[in-house]
Amino acid sequence: MTTLLDTLLNGLALGAVYALVALGFVVIFKASGVLNFAHGSLLLLGGYLVAVLHDDLGFAGALAVAVLATAAVAGALDRLLLQRGDPDPKAAHVQTIVTIGVDIVLVTDLARRIGGDLLTLGDPWGDAVTGLGPVTVADSRLAAIAVSTVVIAGVFALFRFTPWGLSLRAAAEDVEAAALMGVRLSRVRMLAWCLAGALAALAAVFLAAFPAPGLERTTGQIALKAFPAAILGGMASPPGALAGSLLIGLTEALVAGYQSELHVLGEGFGDVAPYAVMVVVLLVRPTGLFGAKGAVRV
Amino acid sequence: MPEAPPQDPPALHVEGLDVMYGRALSALRSVSLTVPHGAVVALLGANGAGKTTLLRAVSGTLRLHRGTVTAGRVRYGGTDLDGRDPVAAVRAGVVQVPEGRRVFAGLTVEENLRAGGLGLSRRAPALVRESRDRVYGLFPVLAERSGQAAGLLSGGEQQMLAIGRALMAAPRLLLLDEPSLGLAPRMVFRIAEVIREINEQGTAVLLVEQNAGMALSLADHAYVLEVGEIRLSGPADELARTDAVRRLYLGESADEPAGDQGAA
Repeated sequence: MTTLLDTLLNGLALGAVYALVALGFVVIFKASGVLNFAHGSLLLLGGYLVAVLHDDLGFAGALAVAVLATAAVAGALDRLLLQRGDPDPKAAHVQTIVTIGVDIVLVTDLARRIGGDLLTLGDPWGDAVTGLGPVTVADSRLAAIAVSTVVIAGVFALFRFTPWGLSLRAAAEDVEAAALMGVRLSRVRMLAWCLAGALAALAAVFLAAFPAPGLERTTGQIALKAFPAAILGGMASPPGALAGSLLIGLTEALVAGYQSELHVLGEGFGDVAPYAVMVVVLLVRPTGLFGAKGAVRV
Repeated sequence: MPEAPPQDPPALHVEGLDVMYGRALSALRSVSLTVPHGAVVALLGANGAGKTTLLRAVSGTLRLHRGTVTAGRVRYGGTDLDGRDPVAAVRAGVVQVPEGRRVFAGLTVEENLRAGGLGLSRRAPALVRESRDRVYGLFPVLAERSGQAAGLLSGGEQQMLAIGRALMAAPRLLLLDEPSLGLAPRMVFRIAEVIREINEQGTAVLLVEQNAGMALSLADHAYVLEVGEIRLSGPADELARTDAVRRLYLGESADEPAGDQGAA
């Protein structure tokens, strides 16, 4: 029983952090039609900046700088590189391929800087734990759940209540019609990239915090687990990304928690589990959990 | 660059316009057309004649279709619109309702209307409410369905929403691309009434149509576009009597063009 509760809380915390990353995928996809393969390297960049700056600026200051800088890099990547391409909305796949190249460049440089080290981010939670009834939880996980909840609620409010959010949703439905309304598409999508970059930098902090050993050069690859989360949620649906992330987080925690029982599946099934879940969900619902086109009359 | 004094009542002037898609496909050749302040002008022509291309050149969306203006100019009031983006057109007061309605299906009716106001430089809530109430006054059915997803509206209601959405930007010139397409005769009649009403409230209209009967009954002046060139132009009632127009666009048996609903 305790194991189950433990596992569920772990899964929830993991899911909450994946949701930050998956939401970034979705925002970028909605705004520009691009699958951002450079997301992992943006995440790594954010984590790296916190790691090198927290001695001088303190954790909060370093986090603020990292979030802003990663947002700026993501926005610049879109504005200066991707938006230069073919303006035809059907050409987004070309930009998707460009992000693969950007990812290789960024990751290579960051990996060179990080080397084989494990960088600490100087977060205030350390390895402290809190007892919640029968279970003990790492403070960093509670913080991950709390911060993600607040931030995600904020992002959903942006979608719903701001002109930017309305522009984004309108452009995602029909780029040309949105353009005809005078929506400034290039600004809308650049801001979407900025937001996604900021969310990735924030996620990096929790991915490197206890019980993870710290920031490694491979931390960015964790973003790849949020990819199936975004896809099984429907790719263009923020609530879908949220549900998908929780599903992936819980799956991973359950597989890890009951590893001995799942021995028959072999070692390291936890790494494969997100993709297995994605495949199963897509077999049942090919458009993803929330990806079904709303009822449309033509 | 000679700029017209801003006091002039704004009119749309298209002068000697050439448009190419890609490097080889010429879509318009030296097309000239004028929409005077407060007028309704019809642009007729078969599929592929270049009607939509002309609207794209005015509204600044050619680029999204890999099209470019290679010669000529598009001016509205004192503003040059050729080679500009759609934001410039909307700010100048020129708003296009795209062919096929293109409402934001997953957004509610109310959100669609709010989206229509996104291009305004000043979006005072009071102004937005005022425009919205005007739209709901023109189309009471939209007020009834304000919370519904736009994709669930009928075709005619979607056309009303598409027009209402464009009106949210407070246009002085409305570009309508085939508003009667795919609608039942009764709904075509209703849309025609609305266009007349919008015009009476002071908005000029450039109406692109295949339904020549409907278009000529509304318009003061009309142009006929054929394979990228203006073939005929003149006062709408005169044009409705010419043999070519009657034969090509109204059907030979059409004795009363104004009541005819048959599209080419």
